[in-house]
This record gives sequence, C-alpha cells and structure tokens, in this order.
Amino acid sequence: MIVALILLLLVLGSVIFHLVSPWWWTPIASNWAYIDSTLVVTFWITGIVFAAVVLFLAYCVYRFRHQPGRKADYEPENKRLEVWLTVATSIGVAAMLAPGLIVWKQFVTVPSEATEVEVVGQQWSWSYRLPGADGKLGASGVNWISADNPLGVSPHDSNGADDVIVEGGDLHLPIGKPVKVVLRSVDVLHDFYVPEFRAKMDMVPGTVTYFWFTPIRTGEFEVLCAELCGTGHAFMRSYVQVQEQAEYDAWLGEQVTFASLQRPRPVRVAAEP
Amino acid sequence: MANVSDRPDAGIPPAEVPDLPLPHPHTWWGRYVFSQDAKYIAIQYSGTAIAIGLVGLVLSWLMRLQLGFPGIFDFITPEAYYQFITMHGMIMVIYLLTAIFLGGFGNYLIPLMVGARDMVFPFVNMLSYWIYLLAVLVLVASFFVPGGPTGAGWTLYPPQAILSGTPGGQGAGIILMLVSLILFIIGFTMGGLNYVVTVLQARTRGMTLMRMPLTVWGIFTATVMALLAFPALFVACVMMLFDRLLGTSFFMPALVELGETLSYGGGSPIVFQHLFWFFGHPEVYIVALPAFGIVSDLISVHARKNIFGYRMMVWAIVIIGALSFIVWAHHMYVSGMHPYFGFFFATTTLIIAVPTAIKVYNWVLTLWKGDIHLTLPMLFAIAFIVTFANGGLTGLFLGNVVVDVPLSDTMFVVAHFHMVMGVAPILVIFGAIYHWYPKMTGRMLNEAMGQIHFWVTFIGAYAIFFPMHYVGLVGVPRRYPEIDASFITTPVAGLNAFISVAALVVGAAQVLFLFNLLWSLRAGRAAGPNPWRACSLEWQTPDTPPVHGNWGKDLPVVYRWAYDYSVPGAPEDFIAQNDPGPRIEKDVPL
Amino acid sequence: MSIVLVFLLVVALIAGWWLSRQGLTSKPWLETGEIRTTAGVGAAPAAKIGLGVFLAVVGGLFALFGSAVTMRMDYADWYQLRLPSVVWINTAILVLSSAVLQIAVSAARRGESALLLASVAAGGLSTLAFLVGQLLAWRWLVDSGQSLAAHPGASFFYVITGLHGLHILGGLVALARTGGRLRRGNDPRRARLGVELCAIYWHFLLIVWLGMLALLLGWASDLVALCRELL
Ligand code: HEM
Ligand SMILES: [Cu+2]
Ligand SMILES: [Cu+2]
Repeated sequence: MIVALILLLLVLGSVIFHLVSPWWWTPIASNWAYIDSTLVVTFWITGIVFAAVVLFLAYCVYRFRHQPGRKADYEPENKRLEVWLTVATSIGVAAMLAPGLIVWKQFVTVPSEATEVEVVGQQWSWSYRLPGADGKLGASGVNWISADNPLGVSPHDSNGADDVIVEGGDLHLPIGKPVKVVLRSVDVLHDFYVPEFRAKMDMVPGTVTYFWFTPIRTGEFEVLCAELCGTGHAFMRSYVQVQEQAEYDAWLGEQVTFASLQRPRPVRVAAEP
Repeated sequence: MANVSDRPDAGIPPAEVPDLPLPHPHTWWGRYVFSQDAKYIAIQYSGTAIAIGLVGLVLSWLMRLQLGFPGIFDFITPEAYYQFITMHGMIMVIYLLTAIFLGGFGNYLIPLMVGARDMVFPFVNMLSYWIYLLAVLVLVASFFVPGGPTGAGWTLYPPQAILSGTPGGQGAGIILMLVSLILFIIGFTMGGLNYVVTVLQARTRGMTLMRMPLTVWGIFTATVMALLAFPALFVACVMMLFDRLLGTSFFMPALVELGETLSYGGGSPIVFQHLFWFFGHPEVYIVALPAFGIVSDLISVHARKNIFGYRMMVWAIVIIGALSFIVWAHHMYVSGMHPYFGFFFATTTLIIAVPTAIKVYNWVLTLWKGDIHLTLPMLFAIAFIVTFANGGLTGLFLGNVVVDVPLSDTMFVVAHFHMVMGVAPILVIFGAIYHWYPKMTGRMLNEAMGQIHFWVTFIGAYAIFFPMHYVGLVGVPRRYPEIDASFITTPVAGLNAFISVAALVVGAAQVLFLFNLLWSLRAGRAAGPNPWRACSLEWQTPDTPPVHGNWGKDLPVVYRWAYDYSVPGAPEDFIAQNDPGPRIEKDVPL
Repeated sequence: MSIVLVFLLVVALIAGWWLSRQGLTSKPWLETGEIRTTAGVGAAPAAKIGLGVFLAVVGGLFALFGSAVTMRMDYADWYQLRLPSVVWINTAILVLSSAVLQIAVSAARRGESALLLASVAAGGLSTLAFLVGQLLAWRWLVDSGQSLAAHPGASFFYVITGLHGLHILGGLVALARTGGRLRRGNDPRRARLGVELCAIYWHFLLIVWLGMLALLLGWASDLVALCRELL
C-alpha cells in the first residue's frame, strides 16, 4: 500500500518538478532550435514511458501484494504480448532517432557561405583568429609558437598575414551570418562551449575540428570550456559578442593583423618548419 | 541436446561431472587468509570492495560539500576537487562495482548456483583476489605521494592526464593509477577465467544452460564481456605509461604547454579515447548485466512467480552483451572524430535500447498477478526498476547524437550515469545482500534497520540525481568545482545545496547498513536453510552456511529450471531445482 | 578499430555457434525431469577450455594493439620501421619450437617418453633462443637510431615484442613445470595434457607474432590496399 503510494507520488513529483521548476535551458541564440525540438520530443516520449512503467509497477505492487491465500499465476511467457511490446518500443525509438539523425545531417553539413572563425584554446584562455580581407586563414602549427606569435600562425603562408588576431579579448560575430568555427588547441583537449548556441565541439591538439552555427540574437554570451583541461578548467572563460553588421565592422577595423603584430621585430623563422 | 526423460524416478547415479580435486587447507593461514574456497574469496573481494567503496563515498561527500556550499571549505581547492572526482569515479566503477559483482557475487554464487564444488581453478582464483588487493593498495598509495593522486578525470584523457597542469600529472599520481589499473586487469582476468570455465565446465548434471538462474547468465555474460573489454583499457594504460615515463608519442601530439614546447609529437589523443571507450562502454554493461540477472531472481523469488519471458531475458542478455561492443563512440560525439561516425553509433545505441526495454517490461510483468512479498530484497528490486527506467530513458537523450551535443559534458550526463550505473546497480547489490546474507551467515539482517536504510537510500538517491538533470539542462558543465556564469538565468545554487544535503543523508544511511551487517552476524534472527523458499540450488545446500565443497557427499542433480514457483497443482508454492518432484502436468498457455 | 572488430566477430561467431547448440530456444519450464547430458563442452578438460578462453583474451589484447597501430599509422609522422635480419632468424626459431612441441604432442600420444622429453627440452631451449634473438633485435634497433621514442613504429615494436615476450616467458614457466612433471613421471596424464596445452599456446603465440610482424612491416596495410584496388 504505502509502497504503491510512494511510487505514485514519485511519478507525480517528477512530472510536477519538470513542469513547474524554473530550471530549464537558457534562451537559444543560434539556429539550432531543431536540437531543442528533438530534445523536447525525446522528453515527451521518455516521460510518458517512465510514467507508464512506474504507474503500472505501482498498480501491480498494490493489486498483487501478498495476502493470506493469494497464489501467483503461472505464466512463463506470452509471445503475443512480447512481440507487441517489442514492436511498440522499436517504433518509439525510431521516432526519436529519425529526427535526431536528420538534424545531425544538418549539423555536420557546413553551408558553403559560412565564414571561418578560428578559436584557439590553451591552458587556460581563449584566443581567436579571423581570416582578414582575403577570407582565408593562414596555415598554423605549434612549432611556430613564440612570444609574439602565440597562436602559431605560419609566417611563410601569405594567407596568414592579414589574419586578425584577438588575444585575450572577446570574439565578435555579425548577426545572421553562418559561421564555421574552426577549433584548435595548442596543449590539451578543450571544448568551446557557449550554452546559448547549443553546439559544442572538442578542440584536439594536433588536429583541427569544427562546427557551424548562425547567431540569431545580438548580445553577450559567455564561453565556457566543457572538456577537462587541468586545474583552471572551470575558470577558462571569454565572451562572444553578437552584433549588428555595422557595429561588427567597426570592431573589426580596430583589430590588429598578424603582420602588424610581427612588424616590430623581424619575423623569427622557427628552427624546424 | 536436451533429451527429456519422463521418468524422474529412474535410478540416477550421482552426477557425472568429475569431482574436482579440492585443495584442503591444513593451516590457519590456508583456511582464513590464503583460502582457495570461492565462498571465502567472495567475502574477501566484497569486503575489500566495500572498504574502498567507502573511500569513494567519502569523496563524494567532499565533492558535494564543495558544490553545494562553494567557498566554505578552503581545503577543497580546484586541484583537490579534480583529484576527488577522479578517484571517486574510478573507485566506484572499477574497484567497487566491477569487483563486487564479479569477484564478490560471481565467486559466491556461480559454484553454488550451477551445483559445483568450487571454481575450477581455485589457486588462480585466490591469486586473483590478492592481485586485486594489491591494485587497491597501489591506488590508495597515490593519496600519500607528493602531488597526490591524479586529477585527470576517470577518463584519464591525454594529453592533460600526464602534463603538469593536471594534479598528479607530472607526479606519481597518474603512474600509480595506471599501474593499479593494469594490476586490476591482470587480477580480474584470473578470476574471470574461473567464472567462465566454471559455468562452461562444472555445471552439475541436468543443469543445462536454459536451466540456469538469470543471475548466472548475467554474471557469465558480463565476465565474458569484461575479458574482452578490459584488454582495451590495458593497452591504453600501457601505452600511456610509456608516453609518461619513456617519452614515446602514442597519444601525445606536438604541443606547447604553458609556453614551453614539449618533446612529444605526432600522436593522437583520439586513439586513446577510442581504446578507452572500447572498454568503457562495455564496462557499463559489465556492471549492469549482473544487476539485471540478480534483480530478475529477486523479483521472481519474492513475487512467488516464474520470471516472465525467461527465454527473452536470456536472449536479451546475450544480445545486449554483443551489441555493447559496437556503440562505444557514442561517448565521443563531440570529441572531434569524423562526424559521420555519429550516424552509425547513434543508430546502434538506440537499437540496444530495445532489448533493454524488454527486460524492464518483463520485470514488471513478472509482478503482474504475482504474490508480492514486500521483503527488503523485493523493495530494492522495485527501487531498481524505477531508477533504472529513469536512467535508461535519459540515455536515449545522450545516445541520440544531436541531442547529446548540447548535453554532453554537462551535469545532465553526470545525473544520467549515476542513475543508470551508479544508483541502480548499487540498489541491486543491497537487495542481493539482504537476499543472500541468510545463506552466507545463517542469520537474517535486521528488518527495521533495513527498512530505514531502504527508504532513505531510494528516495534520497532519487532526490540527488533527478534534479541534477535540470542543473545540466541549464547548461552547467560537469567537472566544475563551482559555477558562476552569465547564462544561468535561474540560479542553481539552491538546488545544488539541496542535492548536497540529500547526498549527505544518503551517505549516512549506508553507515546504518554496515552496522546492520555486523550486528546481525550475532544478533540476527536464525534463518534456516531456505528462508525465502527459493528454488535455485544455492538454497538447497546441506549446510547453511555452505561448507567447503558445498554439497556434502554427492553433487545435486537438477530436474527443472530455477523458476518453478506457484506451479498449479503443486503442494507448495515452489519446487526446488533438485527436487524430482511429483509428476505434474503443466497446463501452460503457449 | 577494424582489426579488433574483426577479431571480435570471429569470437562472436564461435560463441554463437556454440550457443546455437545449447538449446537456447527450448522452453525449460516444459522440460521437467532428468536431462541426460554431462554438463560442459563435451569431454574437454577444464584446463583446455580455460586455455581457450585465455587465448581469446590474449588475442583480443594483441588485436587491440593491432588496431592502435593502424590508427596511429594514419598520422603524418609515421614512417616505416626498419628491422634487422635477426628478426627473420627469430621467426624461424619460433616456427621451429612450435613444430618441436607438436612433435612432443604426438610423442606423448604414442607414449614415446624419450622423444617426448627430448622434444620438450628442445622446444624450451629454442624458445629461449627466440627471446635472446628478440633482445638482439632491440640492440640493433637502438644502434640504428630507432630507440624507443624515436618514431611511433619503433615504439610499437618495443611494446608489442615486449608484451609478446612476456607471454612467451609465462609459457616457458608452464613448459618447465610440465617438463619437471615428465621427468618425475608420477603423473603422466597431467603431464601429457600439459604438453598439449603448451603446444596450443605456442602455435597461438606464433600466429600472433606473424600477425604483428606483418602489421609493423606495413604488409598488412599493403594487403588491404591491394584488396581495395581489386574491389
Ligand atoms: C550517493 C552517491 C554518490 C554521489 C553523491 C556522487 C556524487 C558525484 C559527484 C558530485 C561527481 C562529480 C561531478 C562533477 O563535478 O563532474 C561524481 C562523479 C562521478 N561519479 Fe559519483 N556519486 C555517487 C555515487 C557514485 C557511484 C555509485 C558511481 C558508480 C558508477 C559513481 C560514479 C561516478 C563517476 C564515474 C563520476 C565521474 C568522474 C569524472 O568526472 O571523472 N558515483 N559523483
Ligand atoms: Cu577545460
Ligand atoms: Cu556507452
């Protein structure tokens, strides 16, 4: 009796908590509303299944509790029921998987008009690099890293000269333009994570990873690191400023290029290419 | 194959399984320390696992204190916090759950349940325990070395795991962790060979595979999986040790650490992740399958009803075991691996959900029209179903690749895996202890203490981990010793404090449980040989607790499956497996 | 991870074949009564089954190393390992010791105890020679500038040959114990089983060694490339 009641309360409590609790995701600021919808579909399906299973369980516990003279049924199996349940479950699973895979397809297909922005992680700060007037990022590698070339941009690649380097500052993005975020790390794994954008991806030293999104809302969004990278992991923060195009252009005009950073001293050629 | 004879009363010679030459110890040391009796080894394994598990529990308190009340406990620096999560995670998953399910329950139950006198290689079995103990000691030693234990997270991802920015990375911490894991794997392999071969080779007469209790099926399949999965961890650990100590670059790319160029070059952290999760995902099922098996038996015994869909249950165990080797990269959706892998691994992952769901249905359907005795084991089994259903369903979020993108590496993940592989298996362990303690000691555990322990643990654990999903949904990353960030529109501090208080209360209840274990040893009600009136063989031993050799002079002979409860027409509501029984025409709907 | 997946597929096929003969579709609740089957996998002794399971574990271990090699190969800094010719002599020696142990098995079956003892001793000695040869290969590698951390191919060579050697050493301990038992002669049945198990183990480690060698020399990937082209 009491057990069944508590199970009932547990389901009710969970549902009520879900419906009225103020804790929910942050308002979205990117085009990935589809991800949110898939998540909501999943919440509905799984929520219903959970409630159904536990309520049925509660009913059984109440209805078939031991009483003097009670004898259990003898029923080793019931093929029809089992097949039916298997089919129903498969349909439910497919109903979650199909939209998920469709959205994943979009997630991994970068639109051709997306502009590249590079994010570089290191213990424990973020830097950014924008492609400059030629629209191309120059080659890079950790063996070019030096005091005045912290991101390891190749001094030999002419595409890199006009790259805009943002070290320690915020990343600015124009609203409504798809961006391909190219991710690089100079030391350990990091993960570029802005909760409002929903998308995230690890940055792996030695390789370049990416994801894409379109900012749909202006404002200031905090960047966190979502892959354990050592003691300072939780304190590795920065901001993304999503701005109207004009503001963005103004900001861009004030930034330094790789070439100008190098000018004070002659370009240091690293020992090994 | 199974050629059924209809003459149960035909003169049956004693079982034909060749009797093993049992080692008979003559010294006190041989009997109580270096025992080769699987039952004794089981208790050694469980005792050690519980002891180290308590360390893991205390660490979880410390972590929760920091998360719930940040800034108050000065000694929990970020370094310390990372060391706590790492040791907590590793201890709980490997040294507690794997060890207690396979080394503990496996050793105790397999020989008894299949009607063997002991494991087939008793000496190797004993070595297995001592190597496990050594592994635990090496692990504990890392708390006392300069720099402390590693803080690399239980996933030990390179490069950070062996660099100076991570606690223990350049000290001995990570080395001891890797060495301890290697030892654990060697020790486990020795035990695992025993569990597998005993099931294959030492079943008593009449014990066909399809007459084995699901507990044995679960432990057997999990052991096979572990034997095949642990080598992946072994390989990863060996290669990482080389990278750390001898300067190879298996996993280490060229990198500049805090302004200093290191001599590594060319390696790939992703290779490590593949190896780790090739072990790591099956590991989830290595602790889940024994729990599945045990809980099936608990439900059946205490509902006085055969397990519903026994065949389906067996198939599901085997299928889950096999499939779980091709889903590993669902832990790597955002690791930077080729994005097209996402399609494959999301699909396989969600397919695995189907046999898993069937198991849940069958547990509940076993209760349907049962005769449910709400004993402590049954209560824990019910709690398991609830918790496991919850955790399994949130797994569908994380398995569905695109939904995982926002959720991965947040507290949602932490909540999910605690439900499904933390709390759920632990509830089964408790249920199993309440169930088999009478066989192991001859006495019942105290009911009142058990009831308190149950309700606090069940409700408390749910109160810890259900709300935690929402902390993750808000966007709070995991492995953050404290969180303040502008994206949090509704503060989570209050919720975190609540979770922490619940964690402390649940932890305290475990002390009561341990006390009960000791107290009932002396003061518990005498149990008799078969207090739950169960069918399976371990309850039919001539002595309680069973003595060395388990079965007296002759091995038992098995006449039926392990689930003949409430058979229509039978005088009692159970027929033991070794009971030739009156001939009963079963009128079974097919 | 393709190598280990193929390996697991083979294990799964064997397991599936065995399970398919265990009556997994039978309805145990209908089959009350005595079942006249000895448990277990036919008449094989437990030690043999145990060895089989152990070999599956060892096979998995080396298959995983194989997978690690193939994954690591794809990165830019990989170049071909150069091996001394002593490796080929070693390989021949290992083939020889495997063959000698097979002779021991047949000698044991036929009860020729002198030949049996001699071939077990020869098997042990030649295996020791193999291990010494591997150490020489390491020396040569170091001298030729391919020390442990010099390049990933070399690193893998040391790790894999090291682990393989450890497995062989373990086998030698078992072989020595069997030899001792043969000399004492008081437990001929157990000794004969021991010889048989050692022979199986040796064959297995020989196959592992050939596989690893092919992989590290790049032949395996050449072969795959060839097959790709043919398809
Ligand atoms: C009342 C019991 C428990 C509490 C309160 C608890 C609490 C925690 C907390 C606070 C974390 C760190 C979260 C973070 O900051 O990322 C954590 C991590 C973890 N816990 Fe538990 N835990 C409990 C039981 C268990 C059990 C039984 C397991 C066994 C599977 C387990 C496995 C893990 C693992 C694998 C991690 C991840 C460690 C990492 O991130 O490297 N925990 N737990
Ligand atoms: Cu980080
Ligand atoms: Cu997994």
